[in-house]
Amino acid sequence: MTDAQKAMSDKTVLQIKGLCVALAGRGGKQLLRDVDIEVKAGEITCVVGESGSGKSLTAYSVMGLLDPESLRCTAGEILLEDENVLTVTPRRLRELRATRMSLIFQEPMTALNPVERIGAQIEEVLEIHCSDDARTRRRRVLEMLEAVHLPDPQRIFDSYPHQLSGGQRQRVVICMALILNPKLLIADEPTTALDVSTQKQILALIRELQQKFNTAVLFITHDFGVVVDVADKVVVMNQGEVVETGSRDEILRSPRNDYTRMLVSSVPSLVPQSREAVTGDVVLSIKGLSKIFVRRRILRPSTVVEAAVDCDLTLHRREILGIVGQSGSGKSTLARCVIGLETPSAGRIVLAGEELVNARGNAFRERFRRIQMVFQDPYRSLNPRVRVGESIIEGPTNFGVPRAFAMERAKSLMELVGLPVSALDRFPHQFSGGQRQRISIARALIMEPEVLVADEAVSALDVSVQARILKLLESIREKTDVGLLFITHDLRVAAEICDRVIVMNKGRIVEHGSAEAVLVHPRDAYTRALIDAAPGRHWDFRNFRPL
Amino acid sequence: MSSLQESGPIRREEAAPAGANAILRAALSSIPAWLAAVVMMCVVAMAVFAPLIATANPTAIAPAERLLGPTSAHFLGTDALGRDTFSRIVYGSRLSLTVGAGVTVFSVALGLVVGVFAGYFRAFDMVIMRVMDGLMAIPGILLAIALIALTGASLATVLVAITVPEVPRVVRLVRGVILSVRSEDFVEAAITLGSPIRRILWRHLIPSTVAPLTVQATFVFASAVLTESTLSFLGAGLPSEIPSWGNMMADGRMYFQLKPGLIFFPGFALAMTLLSVNIIGDVLRDRLDPKMEKRA
Repeated sequence: MTDAQKAMSDKTVLQIKGLCVALAGRGGKQLLRDVDIEVKAGEITCVVGESGSGKSLTAYSVMGLLDPESLRCTAGEILLEDENVLTVTPRRLRELRATRMSLIFQEPMTALNPVERIGAQIEEVLEIHCSDDARTRRRRVLEMLEAVHLPDPQRIFDSYPHQLSGGQRQRVVICMALILNPKLLIADEPTTALDVSTQKQILALIRELQQKFNTAVLFITHDFGVVVDVADKVVVMNQGEVVETGSRDEILRSPRNDYTRMLVSSVPSLVPQSREAVTGDVVLSIKGLSKIFVRRRILRPSTVVEAAVDCDLTLHRREILGIVGQSGSGKSTLARCVIGLETPSAGRIVLAGEELVNARGNAFRERFRRIQMVFQDPYRSLNPRVRVGESIIEGPTNFGVPRAFAMERAKSLMELVGLPVSALDRFPHQFSGGQRQRISIARALIMEPEVLVADEAVSALDVSVQARILKLLESIREKTDVGLLFITHDLRVAAEICDRVIVMNKGRIVEHGSAEAVLVHPRDAYTRALIDAAPGRHWDFRNFRPL
Repeated sequence: MSSLQESGPIRREEAAPAGANAILRAALSSIPAWLAAVVMMCVVAMAVFAPLIATANPTAIAPAERLLGPTSAHFLGTDALGRDTFSRIVYGSRLSLTVGAGVTVFSVALGLVVGVFAGYFRAFDMVIMRVMDGLMAIPGILLAIALIALTGASLATVLVAITVPEVPRVVRLVRGVILSVRSEDFVEAAITLGSPIRRILWRHLIPSTVAPLTVQATFVFASAVLTESTLSFLGAGLPSEIPSWGNMMADGRMYFQLKPGLIFFPGFALAMTLLSVNIIGDVLRDRLDPKMEKRA
């Protein structure tokens, strides 16, 4: 590297100094306090934090996207190559966007206009900011589409967003963000909505382009696995403040701040501890279960989706059986068939030696006394208008348990899930996500089920909360002998809690065995690919060292 | 030049003392709502206490006093048969409000039941909604006239005739809400808790329809009052012995150039009532819609 190049790469592109943001209005709550972040050219700075830490707000402040009706900057400056973004004219701000700085959003579907062709959307950026003629614009767009490794750029150019996959769409968004070669790229959780294998490719792409164009990248994420894979520098945020800044290795190997230490060590390991196989009674067995969705259409051939094909599994008492796979693998369909929200197209479900009938009415309802479910999103699974206590006792009262008796049980369950008894009189919106998930667990447990189905039950939670809920599930299994069917896309979570693991792909079970056997010595090619794509797989977070 | 000065730090300081401005803006924007509430209360009081407020018998014919201008005895004048306009307007509010309230109650109740059926029991959906589409395809006023022509005019038939075309709108609304809420996790959770359909409907689905239904009810009310007046104006409503704003305007039509007040005064009463109801509906929507609330 020549000296000139070196000087260029050392140049600070973005400097946030003492940034404070508060809710508008007198005495508005402080959301960001004294945030200092520096991003140099050719460097990826990761901002990590849990929800509510202010990491996205920081990104939006830099882009000048704060809604002046509800938020305002009270102090500090944001220097983009020595130009203060907070004080420039709106017109200058528009010029800076796309030419000097650009943003990649989390959700690639909503970031693109669904009724406009891809090519036209990218060209629009050039139309606004350059004086190129139509032919040059088209050539530049096609070149850039090629640079983000989209197959057949010509076809992509003429496609609509819905014709592309999630990963392709995110590539298009990246293409749009980088086409004017901005000095600063802000990526706000760009891979959170994507499957692991797609995530891996997108991360590699961002890395590649960042090196090619010597871009400074401000990368917002909650996922330490991603941090390991992409970061040069790490900024840890908590409740609107920067708690620690350092190089990737400093933060991951020897975090100085207690919060950082707690956060990093909450990330579960990909390598499961070896556990004794759970033997004992089989509580649930599924044989040859299939679920085929047929959508009949008039004048056109009906579409058939094989969501689950010929699935077999057994679950013992006190066992946690993980079902892992990417989105669309059929793991949720399988769970919904077990609980009874879907009627299987074929196959048998046997619960403690008794075949479950898929009849309607009372015989069908009986199964809900014995199988219960915890849903993914704790913000949607509790009726916002119903008091927590009422929600919890809804199940038992449906089966004729007197209210007062059910309420007593609810009180004792609150203790089990680690919430105060007073929680029963409150409404769901008064609780955080983790607390709500505890409520959902209590609601399922009050039925004293033999099988508990947890469908991505910790996926919507922050890592530290996730760790606590996983501990709770583990202790519940010890205390109640319940068999747990644990559906997740996250291999780390599966490694942390599951005794056995089943891997699903395209509706079929491709591998099953003890967690150790599947996750450490996978036999199936798909399982191997899945493990390989897990971000940060070479780092042991708990012990602050590489594997 | 001025645009340069407006930009930069100055603009930001302007935004800072948003408190006082916001309060003032909120106060100013609530004036129409208060006026609307006052007008509505006046109309309701007029209907309830009509015998006390009216200065004359609204149906008493006095040929000697026909087509008078405002006098001390008849301060909005009299019509072609010498009936006191003010008293007729006062009594007319009874009919308008009765029809408005009756139609609202019936169409909301019926629409709720049918809408819940269509939204929750998908087997009924196709049939119910096609019937509703069919009803909506016929102009409401035409349907009402046809129904009245078949059965003869009475308060009951007018109520039915106006209710029928209003129902599909309520059904569509309720069905939409039920469809969106029934895919929520908490409804599925209720199913997995073994809750019977009755409980799922009452506890988890129907409460979500209350807010949008309240708003829709105000619009149904306004529309019913207007339809009743139109029917009366066309002579398809209640017989003209019963004073209504619509038939007063119809009667006054021929004397418009001579006595514009005969149309103007009942028309004004009608317009103010409708405007108030619609403003109240708008305010309710802003208050009850969770999305609007977040913005405030």
